[in-house]
Amino acid sequence: MRFIFKTSYEQDIRLAKHGGHVFWYSALGVFLVLSPWLLPEYWLAQLTFVLIYSVVGLGLMLLAGFTGLFSIGHAAFLGVGAYTQAVLNNHGVPFPIALAAAGLLSAGVGVIVGMPALRVKGIYLGIATLAFGFVVEEVFARWESVTGGNAGLFVQAPQIGGWEVGTGTPFYFLCLAVVVIATFAILNLLRSPTGRAFVAIRDSEISAQSMGIHLARYKTLSFALSAALAGLGGALYAHQIQFLSPEQFNILQSIDLLLMVVIGGLGSVHGAFLGAIFLISMPQLISLGKDWLPAVIGQAPGLQSAVYGLVLVIFVLFEPLGIYGRWLKVRTFFQVFPFYRKGLFKRQKSFQKSDRLK
Amino acid sequence: MQLIQLVIGGIAQGCIYGLIALGFVLIYKATETVSFAQGELMMLGAFCGLALMTFLGWPFWLAVLSSIAAMALFGMLAERAVIRPILGQPAFSIVMLTIGIGYMARGLITMIPNIGTETHVLPVPYKDQILQVSGVVINVEQLVVIVVTALLCAALFALFRYSRIGIAMQASSQNQLAAYYMGIPVQRINGLVWGLAAAVAAIAGLLLAPITFVHANMGFIGLKAFPAAVVGGFGSLPGAIVGGLIIGIVEALAGFYLPEGVKDIAAYVVVLVMLMVKPNGLFGESMRKKV
Repeated sequence: MRFIFKTSYEQDIRLAKHGGHVFWYSALGVFLVLSPWLLPEYWLAQLTFVLIYSVVGLGLMLLAGFTGLFSIGHAAFLGVGAYTQAVLNNHGVPFPIALAAAGLLSAGVGVIVGMPALRVKGIYLGIATLAFGFVVEEVFARWESVTGGNAGLFVQAPQIGGWEVGTGTPFYFLCLAVVVIATFAILNLLRSPTGRAFVAIRDSEISAQSMGIHLARYKTLSFALSAALAGLGGALYAHQIQFLSPEQFNILQSIDLLLMVVIGGLGSVHGAFLGAIFLISMPQLISLGKDWLPAVIGQAPGLQSAVYGLVLVIFVLFEPLGIYGRWLKVRTFFQVFPFYRKGLFKRQKSFQKSDRLK
Repeated sequence: MQLIQLVIGGIAQGCIYGLIALGFVLIYKATETVSFAQGELMMLGAFCGLALMTFLGWPFWLAVLSSIAAMALFGMLAERAVIRPILGQPAFSIVMLTIGIGYMARGLITMIPNIGTETHVLPVPYKDQILQVSGVVINVEQLVVIVVTALLCAALFALFRYSRIGIAMQASSQNQLAAYYMGIPVQRINGLVWGLAAAVAAIAGLLLAPITFVHANMGFIGLKAFPAAVVGGFGSLPGAIVGGLIIGIVEALAGFYLPEGVKDIAAYVVVLVMLMVKPNGLFGESMRKKV
């Protein structure tokens, strides 16, 4: 069992808490850098998808897991980023500028959506973002001169200084760089006063307000940052998938994104990555399982959505902290080995916070 | 004349939205949670009716009544099995849970071989009949939707006004703790509310089935009932119906007078405007949380 004696604030906010962190995250870094040579091409493409979804997941985690605002229309931000990137790239705008524009435009849209968020909360906010998601999807479908409408839009390979980073290894490293930068940005944000303010708003708006946190400003900021990350993810998504059509950014995609952060583990940065791994590997696992099941079940078209629903229900019922919560429990079990109690992580009996007048 | 026809079509569609929204509001008032599975419950109700009428060949009325009863039972079972264990957790957990239930329902229906992926026609006695009243052509199916909705509203009004159980439901939705002290079995009442919401959804499904078709994705219409519930004010039962009617009429008129594509998002534009102007909806009471 490891005891960490903290003697200064600097030590408290250090990103790597102890030697174990340094070792394991370095190992992960080395694996990620070497993986183009270790993994076959197909798995590298899947890993790229995991990285792209992690960027989006980080954004949604910041909003849902750390600020406590739920967006049921996050695919719209993904779409704004993807279409911005695609259109600018096809017009020959250099890749870094296009990427920045995709992030900024998404952030701008996020601010606009954040506006009603200041007045409404809880489920109303969910419905506002849901409605916004539908409106944006329809705009993608109807604004044919720019987005190509339902016919779709082909995305050309990105170029950085005359060097094509279309697919495969170069694009993988591009995504990896974006993910690393985004992760460190989020981690730094979360240990800064701004991040602490977000968490305070999540835990209790009223007490955050009475401690002098400007609710409107921080909520809008959270929306903007979250949308910017989703936009960046969308820009990478556009290049990875190379063909955009409006139905890629519909309500089901938004729910998939939510599923990702909930199953990964709300309120943890790890959760975004674990959720992305889950989201990408699940269809693979299902298609592997198809061969084992009788044809009536295995070949049925609704299998994937039924399994997703079942997994979601099981997680909400039995593991509300998601995959990361389960990992924490397993780790604690071994850390305190003979002394693990059953009730160590027992869900606190909390009475529902009512929004009603009493 | 055309305008009247449009409005009648819109009202009929609005009644469907209103009925689904009624389910949301019932559940929201009782348990302060939002069920995203309401559209899927409607789809299940329609499939249940279809199975009884077409595959088992039951007479129309028997099939309708038994599918409503079956859905009510299903709602109560769902509440008992998955909702009650996590009541008291953050509202968002329950939203995700109901999304999960909706996914499962849609997936399982789609998995039924040869039936799940097809669209079906529900054989109702009033199929394809037309009524002509002084130049206005009215579809009987739409008329039935409107009449049944009106009757159902009256029945629900009577239930909440005059019956013991309805009054108990009102009491427990206003203050669960106080209701519990008064000897009202709050948990059982919550179960009944879920059953009632599922039954209303089943009625909506059976009413909608002749107008559209029965298919696994018809539950997505439930997403348009959210705007209806918000426009009416999320905590108000009459508001849900009025909100549904507003959304239905706006949609019908937008589909005719405005360019193509506006119809699909009219409901969402209305709700966004509503949330900016009057977040509590038309009939919602304005509430402010006190510390």
